[in-house]
Amino acid sequence: MRYPHILKIDGGTESMTHDTPDHSPLYQKHIPIHTRSVKGPFRNFKTLVLIVAFAVFFILPWLPWERHSAAGQAVMFDLVTRRFFIFDLVTYPQDIFWLSMLLFIAAAFLFFVTGLIGRAWCGYFCFQTLWSDVFIMIEHWIQGERPARLRLRKQPWNAERILKIGSSHFLMILVSFWTGFTFAAYFTYAPQLFHDFFTGHAADVAYFTVILLTATTYMCGGIAREQICIYMCPYARFQSVMYEKDTLAVSYDARRGEGAAGRVAPKEGLRTREDRVAKGHGDCIDCGFCVQVCPTGIDIRKGMQYQCISCGLCIDACNNIMDSVGYPRGLIRYDSEANLHSDTPTKPHLKWKNLKVIGYGASLVIMMAWLVWAVAHRTAVEVRVQQVRQPLYVVLSDGKVRNRYQIHIVNKTEHEEVFTVKVEDVPESALDLGNLPEIRVRAGKDLNITAKIDLEHELAEHTHEVRFVVTPHSKPEEAVVREVNFHGQQEAH
Amino acid sequence: MSQDKAKSVSTTGHVWDENLQELTNPLPMWWVWTFYLTIIFSIIYWIMYPAWPIGTSYTKGVGNTITYTNKKVDGSEEQKTTHWNMRSKLMSEMNAHNAEQKQWFDKVAATPYEEVSKNAELMNFVNSAGKTLFSDNCAPCHQAGGVGKIGFSPNLVDDVWIYGGTYEKIQETITGGRNGMMPAFKGVLPDDKLKQVANYVLSLSGEPHDAEAAKAGDAIFHNEGGCAVCHGAEGKGNPDLGSANLTDKNWLWANVPGQSTAEGKLDEVVKLVSGGMSRGKMPVWGGRLKPEQIKVLTLYVHDSLGGGK
Ligand code: SF4
Ligand code: SF4
Repeated sequence: MRYPHILKIDGGTESMTHDTPDHSPLYQKHIPIHTRSVKGPFRNFKTLVLIVAFAVFFILPWLPWERHSAAGQAVMFDLVTRRFFIFDLVTYPQDIFWLSMLLFIAAAFLFFVTGLIGRAWCGYFCFQTLWSDVFIMIEHWIQGERPARLRLRKQPWNAERILKIGSSHFLMILVSFWTGFTFAAYFTYAPQLFHDFFTGHAADVAYFTVILLTATTYMCGGIAREQICIYMCPYARFQSVMYEKDTLAVSYDARRGEGAAGRVAPKEGLRTREDRVAKGHGDCIDCGFCVQVCPTGIDIRKGMQYQCISCGLCIDACNNIMDSVGYPRGLIRYDSEANLHSDTPTKPHLKWKNLKVIGYGASLVIMMAWLVWAVAHRTAVEVRVQQVRQPLYVVLSDGKVRNRYQIHIVNKTEHEEVFTVKVEDVPESALDLGNLPEIRVRAGKDLNITAKIDLEHELAEHTHEVRFVVTPHSKPEEAVVREVNFHGQQEAH
Repeated sequence: MSQDKAKSVSTTGHVWDENLQELTNPLPMWWVWTFYLTIIFSIIYWIMYPAWPIGTSYTKGVGNTITYTNKKVDGSEEQKTTHWNMRSKLMSEMNAHNAEQKQWFDKVAATPYEEVSKNAELMNFVNSAGKTLFSDNCAPCHQAGGVGKIGFSPNLVDDVWIYGGTYEKIQETITGGRNGMMPAFKGVLPDDKLKQVANYVLSLSGEPHDAEAAKAGDAIFHNEGGCAVCHGAEGKGNPDLGSANLTDKNWLWANVPGQSTAEGKLDEVVKLVSGGMSRGKMPVWGGRLKPEQIKVLTLYVHDSLGGGK
C-alpha cells in the first residue's frame, strides 16, 4: 500500500521540501477565495437569474390555489396521499413516466447546451452557484470589498473581526435555514408547517429535512463553495466531456493578450497601445482582475481548465479594464478552441451544424412533444378492469358460465364523481354488480369493486371478449371502455 | 498542474535508499472532518441505542423507550414499555396500523349487511380486508380464491350454498361451524339396490344412467332407503340440514365430473351412498375471529366471491 505514495526522483532531491514528520500537514490546506465584485452584462445576467430563481423557489410554496381534495397550495408534493399538485395539474404515481421524461429532457438539454456554449448550467443556473453567489454577496455587504475582506482575515480576533465574520455566518445560516424550511414546505401545506414547526408539533421528518438542508446549504454554499464544483460534483466532470473544438467557452485570447514578448504591466514607455505593439507586448496589462473575480480562484489566462464553471465574470472584469485603458473589448470572451487557434479567426459564433447538436435538438423536440401531448391528453378518470384468474370461470347450478372482474376506478378530478358500469357485446342483464346501485368515488380517491358476468352456456362458448363501459355521471361523454377476456368451458383443457 | 506540484511537493521526511521518499498527499479537510464526525456519531449512537454487550446483558441506551400493546396467549392485552428494539418498534407500528384499520372495521360492524353492500367505499374495504382474512384463515381448505376442491371443501365462487347463501346463513356457518355427514347405506340396502339408487341420483341431474335401474331407484329413494327424508322428495336438498341438492350440476363429495365414463360416474355415487360421508366439517370461527372480522368475511364471501343466493 505504500508504493503509490512513493516517488523516486532521479537527479537530485533538492527540489523537494522536507517537512519533518511532526510538521507534515494532515489535510489539504484550503486557500480561501475572496472574490472581487464586478459590474457588467454577465454579472447582470447572473443577478437576474438569481432573482428569478430565488423568487420562484421561495414564493411558490406560499401561493394559494383553489383545491377541494387537498390543501389549497399551488405547488405541493403530497407524499402521504401520493399526489403531486402543480397548479391545475394533479399527478399520480402512475404518471411517473412524465417525471422520467422530464429527466430525460433535462439531461438531453444539458448535453445540447454544453456542446454549444459550454458549462452554462454551472455558471448561471446551478444551485451551488446561486447559493454561493448569495453568500458571497452577504460577505461583501458586511465585510466589504476584497481588499477589506483580506485585511479582516489578517487581523487578530478582535471585536471587529468577530462581529463581522460572525454576523455574516449568522446570516448565511439564516438563509440556509429558510432554504431548508422552504424545501420542506413543498411537501406539506406551508402555513400549517410554519405553525407546527415553530410550536414544536411538526413531524420528525420535517425537522430532520430542515436541519439536514440547513446544514448542507450552509456547508456547500457558505464554506465549501468552489470545492464542491472541483472535488465533488459529477456534472463538472461529464460536462467537460461534452465539449467540442467548436464549443464556445470562456477563453483568453492568448495571441492578442501575450503578443510576441508576453504580457506586461503598463509602465514607462509601455503605456500606449502603439508602444506596446511596437515592443511586441500583448494587450493584457496583467492587472489580475480576472483572477480576483473568479469564484473558483483560477487564472483563465492559463487556458481552459476543469475548474472553470464558465460564469463569465472574468469577461466582465477584463472588458471593464479594456474600456478604462481604451483597448478594444473581448480579450477574454466566449470563443471556441478552433477559432482561437485558427489562422483566419472569425467573429465567434455558434456552430450548430453538426450531427451531435442536431441529434440532441431533434430528440429534445420529440421528447418535449411527447410530454406535452401526454399531459394534455391525461384523463380525469382512470379505469382498469382485470379478470379474476382464480378461478378463470365457474359453472353455476343452472349451467351458466360466470367470469369475475376487478374494476379499479381512480377519480383524478377535484370533485366527487358517480360512475355507472355497463357491459357491451353481451346482454345487459349478464352483469351482476352485487347490490351496488352506483359507484361513488371521492375526489382524488380510488376504489376496487367486483363485477360478475354470467352467460348462458351457448353464448359463453362464443364469447371471448366483453367490453365494460364506465361512465362518469358529470361527463358522460368521457366514458371509458375497457375490453377484457371472457373464459368459458371451451378453454377448460 | 502536476508539474508545478512536483517541484514544491512536500514529503514526510522518510528517506530510503538515499533518494526514495514518501510523499504527503494530504486529504482534504472536509474529508478528515467527515471521518471525525462519523466517530462522534457512533459515540452518540452508543449512548442512545442498545450497543455494548456486558456479560449476559447489554447497554440499553437512554431516552428511547417504546410503549406498545401486546396480546398475550390467553387473549388479554397488556401495555409494555421497553428500551428501543426492532421487535417493539414493529409492535408499536402494528398497533398504529390496527388502530387505523379499526375505523373501517367499526364502520362495517355498525352498518347492516344490505347497506354495506350498497356502499362502494365500504365494499372496497371488504374486498381488500376480506381477501387477507380469507387467505389467512379460509384458503387452506377452500383454496386460494375460494374455488374449493371436490371431495374436500365446497366451492364458494359458484351459486350453490349447501347451508344457505344469505348473509345471515353465511355468518352462522362461519361463526358456529358445520358438521355435514351422510349415513352409510352398505348393509342397509343390498348392493343391487345401492346401484339402482345411484342410477336414480344420476338421472336427477341428467347424467348418463340406466333408465330402468333409475326407475327402481326412484322407489327406493322415496321409501325403503329413506333418502328423501334429508334430500327432499324432489331431491333438491335442504339448506337447514345441509343436505345436497341432487338435481343441479354441482358435485361436492362424489367426483362425478371427474369421471369420463358412465360406469365411473356410477361408481363414484355408489361409493358415496354405501360408505356415507363424515367429512363435511367446517370449524368454529366464533372464538377465533372477532365478530367484525367474521362480518367482513361474510360480506367478502357473499359479494366478492359467490354473490350468494
Ligand atoms: S460544477 Fe457542479 S456544483 Fe459546480 S456549478 Fe457546475 S454543476 Fe454546479
Ligand atoms: S475563469 Fe472566468 S468564467 Fe471561469 S470560473 Fe473563473 S471567472 Fe468564471
